[in-house]
Amino acid sequence: MAVAKLKSDATEARLAGMSLPAGLDVARKDASSRLMTMGLPHKRDEYWKYTDPASLTQADAPQAALFHNDEAPMFDAVDRLKIVFVDGVFDADASDDLEAEGVTITRLADVAGADIHWATELYGTLEARGQTPVARPLATLNSAFASDGVVIHAMGKVAKPINLIYLHGDTGSDVMLHSLVKVDAGAEVTLLETGPAAARFNSVLEVDVASGAAFHHVRSQGRDHERRAVTHCFAKLADQSLFKSFTLTFNGKLTRNECIIEMLGDDAVAHVAGACVGDGDDFHHDDTVFITHDALNGESRQVFKKVLRNGAVGVFQGKILVKEGAQKTDGYQISQSLLLDDDSQFLAKPELEIYADDVACSHGSTSGAIDEDALFYLQSRGVPRQTATNLLTLAFLAESLEEIADEALADDLRARLEGWMARHG
Amino acid sequence: MLEIIGLMADLQDEDKTILKGVNLNIGAGEVHAIMGPNGSGKSTLSYILSGKDGYEVTGGSATLDGVDLLDMEPDERAAAGLFLAFQYPVEIPGVGNMTFLRTAVNAQRKARGEEELSAGDFLKIVRAKAKTLHIDADMLKRPVNVGFSGGEKKRNEILQMAMLEPKMCILDETDSGLDVDAMKLVAEGVNALRSEGRSFLVITHYQRLLDHIKPDVVHIMADGRIIKTGGPELALEVENNGYADLLSEVA
Ligand SMILES: Nc1ncnc2c1ncn2[C@@H]1O[C@H](COP(=O)(O)OP(=O)(O)OP(=O)(O)O)[C@@H](O)[C@H]1O
Ligand SMILES: [Mg+2]
Repeated sequence: MAVAKLKSDATEARLAGMSLPAGLDVARKDASSRLMTMGLPHKRDEYWKYTDPASLTQADAPQAALFHNDEAPMFDAVDRLKIVFVDGVFDADASDDLEAEGVTITRLADVAGADIHWATELYGTLEARGQTPVARPLATLNSAFASDGVVIHAMGKVAKPINLIYLHGDTGSDVMLHSLVKVDAGAEVTLLETGPAAARFNSVLEVDVASGAAFHHVRSQGRDHERRAVTHCFAKLADQSLFKSFTLTFNGKLTRNECIIEMLGDDAVAHVAGACVGDGDDFHHDDTVFITHDALNGESRQVFKKVLRNGAVGVFQGKILVKEGAQKTDGYQISQSLLLDDDSQFLAKPELEIYADDVACSHGSTSGAIDEDALFYLQSRGVPRQTATNLLTLAFLAESLEEIADEALADDLRARLEGWMARHG
Repeated sequence: MLEIIGLMADLQDEDKTILKGVNLNIGAGEVHAIMGPNGSGKSTLSYILSGKDGYEVTGGSATLDGVDLLDMEPDERAAAGLFLAFQYPVEIPGVGNMTFLRTAVNAQRKARGEEELSAGDFLKIVRAKAKTLHIDADMLKRPVNVGFSGGEKKRNEILQMAMLEPKMCILDETDSGLDVDAMKLVAEGVNALRSEGRSFLVITHYQRLLDHIKPDVVHIMADGRIIKTGGPELALEVENNGYADLLSEVA
């Protein structure tokens, strides 16, 4: 059967019986009709060559056993504003008041009633812009059907991080959340996202960073082994703005994290980084990044590290597109995997597309085993083999963790990684 | 202290014998030197004693204070008191020198059932020892050996030795790559560690190191065997005449 037909059938099957939630009607209808035109992704799509989207597109979410996590909650020691969703449903009791200095926070479900102009305008807009040159239909599906999310407007330096906490309590939960962040000129905010969220999670984040503003994003995708997730982060950067996003992923049957950034103002900086650790042939992790330089003197960095063992699969698709006139662009991209055995696999597709002549762009991708000489050196100093392996594994991940500006957040992530390695050694 | 009897070893991946029956007996508190032509098996001997992969021991034994070394993991050998200063120290990006030293010291203490050093105590000791070796704070902070000059790497080896206080120290060409002043520093570092209960095996090509670290016994190794053993005068003979005479004596 032709792919187009397969896709339209799958799309129809997926949407059967679904109706658009109330509010944001114009944007939702627009997304819905765009989705019908492009259809849901199929593994024969070039962009899904390394990751089969079937379990993300099929009508019902595959079951995911609940995972009892006996660790303290992520970022427990950090003073943060907590917003809790359980299987995508807002939990008012577990959440803090949605109030903090320098920021207004509204639930997406309340946006229509609250008549927040900018949010109505932003919703689905960056997602729609991000559809060219490559289609991202699962994000469009989200724009049409997302049930809730958070709308954040940072007007100054927000004193503490805002933490979206995603708990998973139902083995069949199928959740779509869509959040918006607007960072005003000169303002600064940190967004944390933690937890497994659902059996199947589809999340979209649209971020508008104004002139001289800074947006920090640190995410930890929870340890549930059977969960599936597809996430998209779309960002638009004005001049002299800063965007920093880091994601740590533990376990999970399937994770696809897409990050799409447009650098529209001069002197903007965008750093996207990630680390993932996977053990077992039911681990599949995909980082897909697309950074467009469309202004002068932009700096972008992509730093992705994966630790894979026992048949785990890691994917990286990263692109730097430098448009005509985006002179003095400084683009850097590195994707590396540490394969702890012969069964694991790393598939990488790094791409540069450059239409300006005065730029410095570099990219590299490597796949390797633990350095036996370093291991022996450590052991010869009395460090047991497992400790030495863990030390070298953390060292391998270090470059990506260095992308996190806040040391307290980075330290917590390092401690979790040490825990993971102790359990999976 | 260290007793090696008839040690024979092959390369694991190739059909090649490197050690062809090495005999060596180093008593407590003694300093022995091994000299010998390139490729004679000196580094291989030090690797096999410390447990590097890639070699197969086909005969003989090596014991440290009566304990079989060859049966242990490399880290267990270290905890038992063996130390090798590498001919080519390894660079480890991403692991800070300080973290490395503290992990090593505490791992050995733990293996011996001793209490771990507190961060404060550790820092004090490291700083004092680094100072005598002219290792500055910056080198302690940097990743292990990354971007260190040849001489800095060798000094870093001696710092590790000073921190770990092993009882059997093997120094593989620690003098190579050192300028005259650095060689003195390193030799002083080694001499400061000399004691009744600590022995040294110094692998070198040159007499000049042995001017500073005075050996009790000198061995000549050739083609996987110790072919001659003597006093310090043997090193002078090599310095003046090379190996030709010694090799033909045996042949
Ligand atoms: N892993 C290996 N693969 C191949 N050959 C090896 C390996 N290790 C050692 N050899 C060979 O074994 C022999 C002994 O090497 P070794 O490094 O022990 O010599 P050495 O006495 O330390 O020499 P030098 O004075 O040059 O340091 C050499 O011929 C060397 O090429
Ligand atoms: Mg050698």
